[in-house]
Amino acid sequence: MSILTSLPVQTEAGEQAVGAVPSLGAFEVADTRSVVVVNRAINDDYCHLVLEADGPALSARAGQFFNLACPNTAADMPYLRRPMSVYRVSPAQRRVEFLYKVAGAGTRGLATLQPGDTLAILGPLGNGFTLDPRWKNIVVAGRGVGLATLAPLAEAAAEAGIGVTAILSARAKSLVMSAERFERIGARIAVVTDEDGTSDFANVERHLVTYVEAGQADAFFTCGSNRLMLLMKRLAARFNIAGQVALEQQMACGLGMCFCCVRNFETTGGPEQRRVCVEGPVFDLAEALTW
Amino acid sequence: MVDLQVRIGSLTLKNPVMPASGTFSEGLARVFSFDDLGALVTKTLTAELRGGNPTPRVAESGQGLLNSIGIPSKGIPYFIEHTLPEYRKSSTPLVVSVSAPTAELFAGAVRQLDVPDIAAIEANISCPNIEEDGKAFAMRASSTAAVVAELRRATALPLWVKLTPNTGDIGAVARAAEDRGADAIVVANTILAMAIDAETFKPRLGGIMGGFSGPAIKPIALRLVYQCAKVVGIPVIGCGGIATAEDAVEFMLAGATAVQVGTATFVRPTAMLDVVGDLAAFCDRKGIAKVSALTGALEDRGMQVDALEALP
Repeated sequence: MSILTSLPVQTEAGEQAVGAVPSLGAFEVADTRSVVVVNRAINDDYCHLVLEADGPALSARAGQFFNLACPNTAADMPYLRRPMSVYRVSPAQRRVEFLYKVAGAGTRGLATLQPGDTLAILGPLGNGFTLDPRWKNIVVAGRGVGLATLAPLAEAAAEAGIGVTAILSARAKSLVMSAERFERIGARIAVVTDEDGTSDFANVERHLVTYVEAGQADAFFTCGSNRLMLLMKRLAARFNIAGQVALEQQMACGLGMCFCCVRNFETTGGPEQRRVCVEGPVFDLAEALTW
Repeated sequence: MVDLQVRIGSLTLKNPVMPASGTFSEGLARVFSFDDLGALVTKTLTAELRGGNPTPRVAESGQGLLNSIGIPSKGIPYFIEHTLPEYRKSSTPLVVSVSAPTAELFAGAVRQLDVPDIAAIEANISCPNIEEDGKAFAMRASSTAAVVAELRRATALPLWVKLTPNTGDIGAVARAAEDRGADAIVVANTILAMAIDAETFKPRLGGIMGGFSGPAIKPIALRLVYQCAKVVGIPVIGCGGIATAEDAVEFMLAGATAVQVGTATFVRPTAMLDVVGDLAAFCDRKGIAKVSALTGALEDRGMQVDALEALP
């Protein structure tokens, strides 16, 4: 069964309609039939997908995600959708963008999409990052594709007049994601890599402590690295700083129905399981646990 | 206009399409209105609080989904106080799925659900019965009879009994449910299965084994419906891999009065609405005035079941 051929959008054959299912206009989440504008590799590991969309999809905020109906290929028939956090949403241009790493059947299918192809995207889903207007400066630290999730947050912070310091971590300099987006908003940037040995724990900790001691860390944000999360959680507790982390988990429905995507959290009332799709994917850093 | 109404015992549904338990929640109301569905079916409730299984809880395998969720449940009082009001926003009949590890606890759970606006009980007897040997109630006719008899005494609500495909004698189990007072049977549930990651040598589910669902199991569920409909007089509700109106038609031809759409909703959240709409279009195209005429209309007269392949 091809997911794309069974989309619920009622259109004439051959018509390239973009948009939410017409009868669903009043609803906050839509299964939107988007059209591929750009889908290209930006380095050895990552691809950039730009979609034209309409309706609720364009109201997605940083940290929220969509459940993508990845196409079948000759080799793969991904059955479930794949959750992916938004990289950029531009309501005026009617665009939703994603950054992904080709890692399995779903993303191999995504990589075959050509401009003009359609892709069903269910969303926006989950709770995005929140910014406290009292904050003056935040620190975001991410690794790999996790930086794609943090880039729109940094832009939202800049728009709200909050200064951003970004630690961009990657295996190699050539794989650092989205540096230009952090640069464009005037973020102070520290690039750390495995290649030159600067991404090690102690060095990143030194960076973070420096920012805290300079009074430039009202909150920590992280995504994409278990070790970075644990480090920031420890320092956030030590310096009494707020923190948020965007987490992943294998997922099916994305709407809170199936209870597949639970993770464990520590709360004042003891351990608790929460669904990444509806209780997250952004969680309080203090309650997040290692994976 | 095609008449889509079907009757399940005393209950009349405006169409034969409803969600399968566990693949639906009030959260789907963020995507579409429930008023267009034939019935609503809750995730299985248990009397006790349950946390559920370790992750990974989900793995895909072919055109199907393996799950090992473990029925996390906040209990029945929580459901009545917090979840039921959400469902009351829709006029569509609400069916509450219930499970318990013993017949007595099962009956106790069902008694707690004697509250307004619950249209029927779906007893999920595919769960382990700890009084016997941990095997699901619905694996045997005897344990099915015992639990359904208890449940029948415990509630005046329409009682639907959801059977498991993991039995060697589905007909005997179905008859046992009917004999002890079930108003309908739901056929079937997920199929016990597993998947292994050949790279890591590890099971792909945290619970090692899990339930398999989705298009991959449709032919098996269809066969089970056919076998059950042959031996019971109560309505059979088909469930297993139904994703399109054509699938629904097949199940109705095999003897189902109504159908449940489950895993398809995870892949395409509006799948149920499509099944309703396309079912009407199908009947229209075929000149069928009432969708209920499809039930059991399979043209198998004069044909024989392959005796070498057939299970009991």
